[in-house]
This record gives sequence, structure tokens and C-alpha cells, in this order.
Amino acid sequence: MRLSYPADVKIIQLPCTGRVDILHLLNAFEDGADGVYVAGCLEGECHYISGNLKARRKVEYVQRILKEIGIEPERMQMYNLSSAQGARFAEIATEMAETIKELGPTPIQKGNAA
Amino acid sequence: MIVADRKSLDEIMAMVEDNKKILIVGCKGCVTVCNVGGLKEVEILASTMKIARKKAGKEIEIDTSVLERQCDKEYVEQISETVGDYDAVISMACGVGPQFLSEMYKDQSFFPALNTTFFGGATSHGVWEERCAGCGSCAIHNFGGLCPIARCAKSLLHGPCGGSSSGVCEINKDTECIWDSIVTKKMEQGKIEDLLGVKEPKSWKTSRDGGPRRSIREELVQGNI
Repeated sequence: MRLSYPADVKIIQLPCTGRVDILHLLNAFEDGADGVYVAGCLEGECHYISGNLKARRKVEYVQRILKEIGIEPERMQMYNLSSAQGARFAEIATEMAETIKELGPTPIQKGNAA
Repeated sequence: MIVADRKSLDEIMAMVEDNKKILIVGCKGCVTVCNVGGLKEVEILASTMKIARKKAGKEIEIDTSVLERQCDKEYVEQISETVGDYDAVISMACGVGPQFLSEMYKDQSFFPALNTTFFGGATSHGVWEERCAGCGSCAIHNFGGLCPIARCAKSLLHGPCGGSSSGVCEINKDTECIWDSIVTKKMEQGKIEDLLGVKEPKSWKTSRDGGPRRSIREELVQGNI
């Protein structure tokens, strides 16, 4: 199964999405990411019981922060899929890339004063 | 503990609108426990402010520091060498913090990022409720261990009033009538007669009505014992 997905997506691997921190997500936006999504295991199937559920709450928290700043919260998303769903992985990457293309580049360009 | 809420991002950003180099100082005391001004919240505010400023195309440089407490001079002193390097300092402590900072560093401008709300505790994860009004003369033993000064909307000493309905206060459906709880508890204990006496009017001199308060422990003023 040699599926392709948009080259715009940079993957950061973690042992569990429970390791994701609000600051990791914010730092990505701070450094100019147009969008960030967390791909966790299917809900109810976390090896560590609740890692993916905690990740979802952190994603929702960051969405609220983005909204407060005046940035589209759709730039931050949470997806759930299993490691066996390769096709779904490619589909999500394409879906997210399209969402971001529609939204346009982040207003937090690296070139901006900082 | 002292409970606080964070001000809105807009309010904080407006306070330091003209400042480019900012220090955010957190506190490891009460505001860390109520998840509003500890290391995590300081870092989140710093990152959020950086994103907001970058979005506006304006410069900003933010450093962070979290003191053991902002209500003790020996800890406030710990930023003495760096505090002057910033255009402004944001304190994420209760209202005491920015005042101790302002008193020690007279040339610097300090801004509060929090609204200090009350003395209370967590009734469940993420929910804090008021329990003490700091009136300066505790008498909760007269009310089954439940404080009507802090928890009755009218601070009644003889309650409940006519606004109590099914254990709920008329001011808000989410506010329990503490007098209903006090009476219920005393009835369950078979000690309702404890509430039948007429209490003397409360002296509010020990509360805020007596002006700013000060507590002096002579034995400690002279040194550690």
C-alpha cells in the first residue's frame, strides 16, 4: 500500500498523544505553522486508557486560545484513527491540507516582527 | 487558598500595548494550585501573547519566571538583577503579587494578569467555591461549621431568609442556601436548639470595615523561634 499524502504535512511522532502538551501545539503556531493536527488512536482504544481523550481536550483548549487571538480555530484539529488505517491517514492529511489551503497562510508568518 | 481568574487576553494585551520587552512572573503559591498563575499558565500566556503580537505584526520579546511566592520579600528579591531589563512586568499572582513587586522595584511598571476572586477551595476538579470572607473573627462553630458570612448572600446570622427555596438561594439557581444547609445539618445532629438563640450583632471592625489590616506576631518580629 504505497499511499501518498500532501508533502506539506510534517510528522512529529510521539509514543502516545497523551504526551502532547498545550505548549507544543502553541509553539507550532508561534513558529509559523499554518495548521496543526493531532492524530491519536481511536477513542476507547488508547493503550494508556485516556491519552487520546486528554489530547482532544488539549486540542479544544488551543482552539479556544486561537479564537481568542482572532485566528481560525479550524487550523487546529484532532483526528482519531488506528495504526492499521493507512488509507484514512492519507485521507486525513489531504483533508487537513485542503482545509488549510482554503483558510490561507497563517497570519503569524515567520517574517513578521517578533 | 486565594482563588483567581485570568483576565481576558485583550485586557492583558491592552495593558502592555506599547511595551516590547516583557517579563511574565508567575507564583508557585495559591495561583499554581488553582491552575491560573503557575509555570504552565505563565508559559501558555507567554506563547499566546507572542502569537497575538506576531499576528498584529508588532515586535515582542517575552521572558518568564516563576517565583516561589510573590507575597514574601525574599522571593520577590530573586528577580532584582533582571527586573530592570524589561519595559513592563506582568504578574500572574493574586493582587498581593504585583503590589509586593511594585513596592520593591519602584522604577518598574507591573501589571496584573489575574483578577483575584475569593478565599476558597476546589469542590471538584476545575470548580472552586468561596468559603471564607476573611472577616477577622471566625465563628463557624456556631453554624455547624458552615460560614454564613461568606456563603449567605446577605451574610445573615439568623437565617434562612424568605429568598431560600428548596435549598437554593434566590440570587442564583447555582448558589446553595447555606442557611438551609446549616439548619438541615443541625436538625440531623439533633441540635437545632443551637440555632435558636439570638446572636449579638457582629462587629465588623476586624473585617474590611476597620480599614486595611495588619497582623503582628511579636515573637517572630524579634527573629525565628
